[in-house]
Amino acid sequence: MAAPSGASGPAAATPGQPQARHGVRIFLIWLVASAICDPLIWFVAGPHMPPGAMSSSAVSQRFDITVLAVMSAPVVLGVFIYFGYALVVWRQRDGDQEDGPPIHGNARVCATWVAVSFALVLGVFAFGMVQLVVPAGAGAGEGPAPIWKPGGGAPLQVQVIAQQWIFTYRYPQYGGMETPQLVLPQGQNVQFNVTSLDVVHSFWAYQLGVKSDANPGVNNIAYTRPERLGRFHVECAELCGMLHGAMTGNGYVVTAARFQSWAASSQARLAPVTKTLPPYAATYDPTVIPQLGKALTSLGINGAGGGFYGPQVPAQP
Amino acid sequence: MAIGTEPATAQRPGGNEPAGLRRARPWWMRPAVHTALIGAVAGYLFGHWLGNFLASGYQQVKHADINDTPIVLGYVFGTVGWLAGLGVFNDLLRQMAGRPAAGRDRAADGGLARYFRYSLDHKVVGIQYLIGMIVYFLTGGLFALAIRVELLSPAYHVLSPSAYLMVVGEHGTMMMMMMSSVIVGPFGNYFVPLMIGAKRVAFPRVEALSFWLTPAAFIILLSGVLFGGFPTGWTGYATLSVQAGLGMDSYAVAFGLMGLSIILAGCNIIVTVISYRAPGMRWSRLPVFVWSMVATSFLMVVAAPVLVGGMYMILTDRTAQTAFFTGTLGGSSYLYENLFWFFGHPDVYILALPGFGIVAEIIPVFCRKPLFGYRVAAACMIGVTLLSFLVWQHHLFDSGINPDMRPLFMLTTELISIPTGFIYLVAMGTFWQAKIRLTVPMLFALGMYINFLIGGISGIFLSDIPADTTEHGSFFVMAHFHYTIMGGLIFAFMGGIYYWLPKMTGIKLNETLGKIHFYTMFVFFNSTFLPLFAIGLMGQPRRVFEYQRQLQTLNDWVSVSAFLLAGSILIFVINFVWSTVIARHPEARDPWRSRGLEWQVPSPPPAENFARIPQVLSAPYEYGVPGAPPVADLDPGCRAGRAAPGRLMRQGHKRFLGAPDEERR
Repeated sequence: MAAPSGASGPAAATPGQPQARHGVRIFLIWLVASAICDPLIWFVAGPHMPPGAMSSSAVSQRFDITVLAVMSAPVVLGVFIYFGYALVVWRQRDGDQEDGPPIHGNARVCATWVAVSFALVLGVFAFGMVQLVVPAGAGAGEGPAPIWKPGGGAPLQVQVIAQQWIFTYRYPQYGGMETPQLVLPQGQNVQFNVTSLDVVHSFWAYQLGVKSDANPGVNNIAYTRPERLGRFHVECAELCGMLHGAMTGNGYVVTAARFQSWAASSQARLAPVTKTLPPYAATYDPTVIPQLGKALTSLGINGAGGGFYGPQVPAQP
Repeated sequence: MAIGTEPATAQRPGGNEPAGLRRARPWWMRPAVHTALIGAVAGYLFGHWLGNFLASGYQQVKHADINDTPIVLGYVFGTVGWLAGLGVFNDLLRQMAGRPAAGRDRAADGGLARYFRYSLDHKVVGIQYLIGMIVYFLTGGLFALAIRVELLSPAYHVLSPSAYLMVVGEHGTMMMMMMSSVIVGPFGNYFVPLMIGAKRVAFPRVEALSFWLTPAAFIILLSGVLFGGFPTGWTGYATLSVQAGLGMDSYAVAFGLMGLSIILAGCNIIVTVISYRAPGMRWSRLPVFVWSMVATSFLMVVAAPVLVGGMYMILTDRTAQTAFFTGTLGGSSYLYENLFWFFGHPDVYILALPGFGIVAEIIPVFCRKPLFGYRVAAACMIGVTLLSFLVWQHHLFDSGINPDMRPLFMLTTELISIPTGFIYLVAMGTFWQAKIRLTVPMLFALGMYINFLIGGISGIFLSDIPADTTEHGSFFVMAHFHYTIMGGLIFAFMGGIYYWLPKMTGIKLNETLGKIHFYTMFVFFNSTFLPLFAIGLMGQPRRVFEYQRQLQTLNDWVSVSAFLLAGSILIFVINFVWSTVIARHPEARDPWRSRGLEWQVPSPPPAENFARIPQVLSAPYEYGVPGAPPVADLDPGCRAGRAAPGRLMRQGHKRFLGAPDEERR
């Protein structure tokens, strides 16, 4: 208990040399470690940070993640170094049964901690806001009424239709053709209009740094501008049923000229199919698709009664 | 002082109703788990029949050829039967009939049998919860191992896609659902009265009910496996949850029951702490663990009703043909997302705050110093509680919510890191010039701090909307919450077990096995979950059974580590069973030399906790303070010659009892 504590160690009431020595040591170790770690993160890891440099959103996200890593590394190092120092220096020696100094708190330390963490948080917030607004929404889905749009001319419209368990893409500027291939031109703003026909999916174009949830009856808009040629990976990022894990694919960024020729030839090739599709719209209600509607009505399935969600084909949990 | 020193009624565990003279019936005639099972089966059969009777004619049922209503009503009535079989309603029905309630446990209830009954002693409920939570944790862990086996290969090889999804959903739901009470249940219920100097909790029947709902929820959730499971994961997103097969009903009912359980547990703790504190137990002397229990309880009471509402809406969408979540019929899938996450985010603080409380309770004892910044620690709990209701849309950044809502939630999410960071200020201040003893509880507390730091910093990455575009829905999120929940909460839970089991049972856990457990668990936990950050950033989404080929090496490393982690938890189970059942080495009353009030009573505590309500004299963290009074006077009013117990003495206490190193007699 408290009895012999009067004789235990240096009096804690008066801050003296021993305490300052510990503080200085910890600070110096932390300074050196951060000075090593942060440049390593920025120069060595930075160029390889995900999601890469394939599009404007990807570049800004890579910068964003690298900056966050550079800011958090000293915080993590600070706590670990302090803990490590404490465990080495301030261990209870064998046979020592006495208590430590009765330090209940230190108003200055606490106030400094609160102020510094507040400043850091506001700084991270301001940085995040800039990184969100400037790259036109940072590739994230903004809903049907986006407020951060890219400048520089009308973007290419690509509608992403998600259904269990495949993504298809409609290009309204090319006759509303629907294709399972995603091809984008380099250097032009792209507007993804993401919607779903059944359950909630999420369109994640990894190397493009675009993620936008696909909700039934909702048009979720995301922007990006592909900068580099190549192939990117498309995944579904929201659990949508049995084959969610297989709902993946590839997309391609090609030169503007190649894109034009691909679009024209696909439009021509798919013209007979496009005629049978419902007209291009921001969202689709599968229960009222005119061509399908007759079939559904003849089966006795109409809007009310929950008929759209059964029978269970394919059977899934 | 908030309350007088003479309580208006005598405080006895289980209530003051006259027990009367009752002949003890044989064990198999008294309500316990066996009668509960009979009640559950009878209730299920009745509910199933009722569901068929009500809903067979529905259009939805006829088209889909599946009827959810009998399953749902079967579960609901089965739970009612389970509770009735336990005797939960007996006192209520007696009082409605105008007869006195039977109330308290009889002294004849000794030994193991009372742990299988509806016991009104908070200590029995605490131990019931402890065993229950360990069982639920191990069950969820087995499902996790199945997930990792499947993820050894980039294509599906062991489990079919639907079986894999079933396993994923069962693992996540088992953990999130059952672990909401992992500390409040065992340690909150057991120690809050002891720590505040009370002989009982405010609502013992409510507390026991909150426990007995958990096995019902556990069995209902597991029974989903019989239906092929549910395809939505633990989040249960509409519209998939409306579309799903019968297993979805087990999820919704089980989660609803757990929601009910945590509301009840929270109510009980709040009222107990407000009303049952011993004289002298001011709010400024309350142990930090009790602060965390109160804060967690507020979260439970305010957030869980929203969950129950959401689950109820899923069930009516699936049975009664409502359209809350179906866009084409006037509802919205966003309604579910917002209802769920309005609960879901406070839920993760329900999981995190008790962990903070335990480690803040443990470190002063093993640093032999007062807790640094007690007010800061309390502010942490309060700040996190208040802010946690303002951040839920950070789960929905990419979902198409109104874009101008997102900066607000980015700000609030980043702001909540400030009170969360206070626990590090408190820890670092407590370590300053301390005398650190690396006992097993202290090791787990350190492990919690280290893991939670990594988890918390990754939370900053997730709160930043541009970075979240890549990280949302990927394994980065998985790594983040496993670090905070398993690395934080479960390490704190283990620390709490090693710290408090000597108090609860009077038996010590083997220290060598404990240290092996800690070091293996810490190493393998980090080797399992640290690579997941990289895997997520490299583009693997959550809940998938296939992934890109180049990620196989990392996934295999994680899977092997996961099995080694399971091995370390097996060491814990072996230690636990060996020490409590086989070796049973008795432990001193206060092996850690702690000043906590709960350590001043014998181990295990007597039925009434304290012979007299103690007079609390100081905070429990006054280590190293010269001339500090002991934490409480356990025999107030009896040493200066006054006859009446509990009277406040005017001339001060000359002889102190209850000092930590004295055997209390």
